[in-house]
Amino acid sequence: MFVYLDNNATTGVAKEVLETMLPFLQEEYGNPSSMYEFARKPIKAVEKARRQVAEFLGAAYEDEIIFTSCGSESDSTAILGSLQAQTPPSQGGMNEVIVSDVEHPAVFNLRKHLERMGYTVRVLPVNKSGLVEAESLNKIISEKTALVSVMYANNETGCIMPIAELTEIAHKHGALMHTDAVQAAGKIKLDVQNINVDMLGISGHKIHAPKGVGALYLKRGTSFRPFLAGGHQERGRRAGTENVASIAGLGKACEMASQSLEYEQTEIRRLRDKLEAGLLTIPYSYLNGDKEKRTPNTTNISFEFIEGEAILLSMSDKGICASTGSACSSESLEPSHVLLAQGLPAKLAHSAVRFSLSRYTTEEEINWTLKAMPEIIARIRSMSPFWKG
Amino acid sequence: MWDYSDKVMDYFRNPRNMGELSDANGIGKVGSMACGDVMYLYLKIDPETEVIEKATFKTFGCASAIASASILTEMVIGKTIDEALKITNKDIVEELGGLPQAKFHCSVMGSEALEAAINDYRGIKPEEKEELEGKLVCKCFAVTDKLIEKVVRENHLTTVEEVTAYTKAGGACGSCKEEIKEIIDRVNSHPCCQQ
Repeated sequence: MFVYLDNNATTGVAKEVLETMLPFLQEEYGNPSSMYEFARKPIKAVEKARRQVAEFLGAAYEDEIIFTSCGSESDSTAILGSLQAQTPPSQGGMNEVIVSDVEHPAVFNLRKHLERMGYTVRVLPVNKSGLVEAESLNKIISEKTALVSVMYANNETGCIMPIAELTEIAHKHGALMHTDAVQAAGKIKLDVQNINVDMLGISGHKIHAPKGVGALYLKRGTSFRPFLAGGHQERGRRAGTENVASIAGLGKACEMASQSLEYEQTEIRRLRDKLEAGLLTIPYSYLNGDKEKRTPNTTNISFEFIEGEAILLSMSDKGICASTGSACSSESLEPSHVLLAQGLPAKLAHSAVRFSLSRYTTEEEINWTLKAMPEIIARIRSMSPFWKG
Repeated sequence: MWDYSDKVMDYFRNPRNMGELSDANGIGKVGSMACGDVMYLYLKIDPETEVIEKATFKTFGCASAIASASILTEMVIGKTIDEALKITNKDIVEELGGLPQAKFHCSVMGSEALEAAINDYRGIKPEEKEELEGKLVCKCFAVTDKLIEKVVRENHLTTVEEVTAYTKAGGACGSCKEEIKEIIDRVNSHPCCQQ
């Protein structure tokens, strides 16, 4: 049996999304910038997708949506594009940026770049449950803060951050608010007008659209310079010929995600809770992250005394895909910075496994996983010098 | 996804000589849980002939750490301790049919565990060994200059990145990278290392 429980890493393209895309990869290949009739369908497809994304995000205007190539581009575009439109720190402009301690590398690793631009980057801590607290932003924000960037939901734990509250604090101090909503999209209701952020980014491949497409919501009136300069596309805010097929696919994926939000909150949550409860009956296993304020598809569990990569490879032998906070699974030598930031000891971060479901996850897959895991954990523990079971 | 050899996967799936050894007279314990891998090597050495009669292991770590420890036990059984001490991390990598470079530190742990187990048999206490092991260079992963010198010499390493792949040194905060570079230059300028 093949069981895919790594939907926070990427998702499969939905059949309906692929069908929406295919004409633009085949017969309708016209460039939306062209003047002839042949370009009409691609132009209409991009317009429709913009409408679908705007609706999905609750944007007031369609022109607040900029298509990008991925979530990382959305983040870089938002943060660097908006800061470049301000008076630079070297000329007396605001000179601080605040990011949370658990950001995805797409934001976290911009710190060095921002420092070279003359900004001081301050890092917002998270509590033991992995949540950013509004109070901690109050403590470090000042009139010098140009921008605050906090992710909507964390990729490893699913923790949902209090974005509306943080935005209110940021605005009170005259700072812009950006949120990376890549992991929140499709899992919880997004409403940019309600949370009042200035910028919000999403990625296609996390919501059953293909890899290589994303979108940025940029509130009207937000000063901005294009991050990718050149042609006039996207109203001069992002150069490059539109990726028509993928943009059409992203629009369709957003429409489908809106329709399945209820299903995520009920059925996917039920399956996740069932998986989680079953896995936590394995001795010395612990849940990482807040139990309540969490996306309904994610659970992150540490299996003490053993290391995540060994667990994943054994799961892979049983056809199950998941991911780990352990250093051994990546080029990095340090375990998950997210889990360490919430105070987890390194040995438990190395033992962490993330399971992430999607609306295509079935009860059979969960049952298979629940049946396989105790044996896998027991086998690897039998090799561990610390297991005295 | 690591591109592990079939042999690594085989030793991970079906580890040989796994478990504690009740009559062990040399036990080597290396690594730390915080760093992500720990290896215990148990040896039963015949005091007359100094031949390693039995060897077993226990490992907290990734597939390549488990496979490195397991294959090492097979490599040492039947050897005298002096013969066994000639086994380098390179030999372990070769025996495994190769390791991804970032996983070379697993093979280095194997040779460290072997040395520690033999030191234990010979009655050399860890405190004394600490002096033998030299000065701490990488504080994040507790790597000494002696170990860095050894891997640089034995594997003809020339860059800091290679040393990180073999020992983890410099892989976290990175503040010791300068010092690692100096060690590489020092070892490689030594007459016996000129190739």
